Amino acid sequence: MSAGHVSFWQRRSTQDRVWKILTISLLCLLALVFVAPFYWSLIASVSDLDGVYASPPRFWPEKLHLDNYPRAMTVLPFHIFVFNSFYVCICCVTGQVLSACLVAYAFARMRWAGRDVWFVIMLSTMMLPKQVTMIPHYIIFLNLGWVNTLKPLIVPSFFGGGAFFIFLMRQFFKTIPLELEEAARLDGCSNFRIFWDIMLPLSAPAVATISVMSFIAHWQDFMGPLIYLSSFEKYTVSMGLRMFQSIYGSFPHYMLAASNITLIPVLILFFLAQKYFVQGIVLTGMKG
Amino acid sequence: MARKNKIRERYRWHENVQGYLFAAPWLLGFALFLVGPMLFSMTLCVVKWNGITPISPDNIDFVGLAHFKKIFTEDNYFWTSLYNTAFYSLFSVPLGICTSLFLATLLNAKIRGISIYRTIFYLPKVIAGVATIMMWFWIFNPEFGGFNVVLRKIGIVALGDGLLEHIPALGAFFERNQITWPPAWLADEFWAKPALIIMSLWGAGGGMLIYLAGLQNIPAHLYEVAELDGAGRIRQFFVITVPMLTPTIFFNLIMSIIGSFQVFAQSFLMTDGGPNNATLFYVLYLFRKAFQQFEMGYASALAWILFAIIMALTMVVLKSSKLWVYYEGEKR
Repeated sequence: MSAGHVSFWQRRSTQDRVWKILTISLLCLLALVFVAPFYWSLIASVSDLDGVYASPPRFWPEKLHLDNYPRAMTVLPFHIFVFNSFYVCICCVTGQVLSACLVAYAFARMRWAGRDVWFVIMLSTMMLPKQVTMIPHYIIFLNLGWVNTLKPLIVPSFFGGGAFFIFLMRQFFKTIPLELEEAARLDGCSNFRIFWDIMLPLSAPAVATISVMSFIAHWQDFMGPLIYLSSFEKYTVSMGLRMFQSIYGSFPHYMLAASNITLIPVLILFFLAQKYFVQGIVLTGMKG
Repeated sequence: MARKNKIRERYRWHENVQGYLFAAPWLLGFALFLVGPMLFSMTLCVVKWNGITPISPDNIDFVGLAHFKKIFTEDNYFWTSLYNTAFYSLFSVPLGICTSLFLATLLNAKIRGISIYRTIFYLPKVIAGVATIMMWFWIFNPEFGGFNVVLRKIGIVALGDGLLEHIPALGAFFERNQITWPPAWLADEFWAKPALIIMSLWGAGGGMLIYLAGLQNIPAHLYEVAELDGAGRIRQFFVITVPMLTPTIFFNLIMSIIGSFQVFAQSFLMTDGGPNNATLFYVLYLFRKAFQQFEMGYASALAWILFAIIMALTMVVLKSSKLWVYYEGEKR
């Protein structure tokens, strides 16, 4: 081979290196862009009023005003909002996980007339915009005397937990080998025993996934509390933040300190359950 | 023989009962929280009622299809909100898909620390809520928000100033429509929707994870063959990656369209539909009719129109899928 000639493999490896450098620099740039909003709100939350309205704007605070955080938490009774949110979330997670698992087991492993038709119907409910049922729900709960209580936010969770969670659990149950179940059945186990003692313990990762997803979804829910809650003793954190905005909207540093605090539970849960999240997505594949 | 059949029949009956018992929570919920309310909502469409007074003929007037007639012929807010929502959807959905596909492709490269990047891109989607809306509200502040600060820093503002000065048509357009430069984002009728679209792209990490899972299912030999045939990386992306991902893109497209038509909290909290109704989205308008003006019948009619629009769009995508979605094992 002459000196001026570059072999196919050499050419490939240089090309590979160029692509790799390009990819890494793009990834770094994009990561910076995605992190920037967090950073901007974080520095604003530890500035004072002069700091957030400084001209030219500052990229880091002159002095750390960490006391913004406790102050933001006490100007409004945030402990009440946090308590309400935790209460709603824990009830909803319990209801959604238990009922979604039961129903998913029926769809994954039991044979009953009409199962496949019901399954298609259930999946198609995912496409129904919730605005269609929002108004009737309100009128029903109003007549039950549940408006301005936390019940309208909690009770529906106990009825199946939503098509997505049922689908996710069903996909997971389908991956568990049938032999385990057959052996238990020969030993005389009932369906419920098989479900409770075999399927659920083996599905811990999937259960963890939907628990975390359900918790975060209810923690962040805004429209439900907005429609049903009217007095601040019943507010959840998202309503608390809205109240904060309408009263202290011109104090961005307090506003953002309060916002950041409400993100803490979500962040902790996300980092604890991160790998399950990814698995959940892979599992449902969501290939239609 | 007859006895055996009887046993089998009893067993099957037993299986059915158990199956329905296990599925009962969802079946009950389906009846109580879905089918029942849907029927209720249909009847609400043809009456005038505030939803609060007791159900009696004194409080409820039957109006037939008058609500629909009024919506389509007299209600300007309906058309404005529909236009705003369609505009938002038209840009946020395709841009969102491109962004998440791009991120997924970058992440699919064999590079160290992938899980860190994955977390960074996915996190905004997970924590999206009132708190992040407040965050963006501050970022879009025209004077002190991070967005314009960065635009100034990297010279985009100066570039725009130059363009406005040297291209008379552009300058005249901005002047005529009173468009601000640098953008006043949420305070400007022209920039408010683009601002919300940019904000929606920040949540592209959700789609990214789905595409990443799809990418890892594409058999490596396809790329090897393409490489031997002399196809470059970019060509490989369009000839192999995109076609193999079309089933995933298809699903994501439908879910994103449905989601984008339900955009609500952003405009409710940041702009309250303003400025000059530029961010009055469909669900925000529906919410005002239902829970601020208490016109439950009218709002129900609006909800069913939204349902019909979403169904129609889904059908269009579904019908078009034969043309562009590739399923493995299918002859083309």
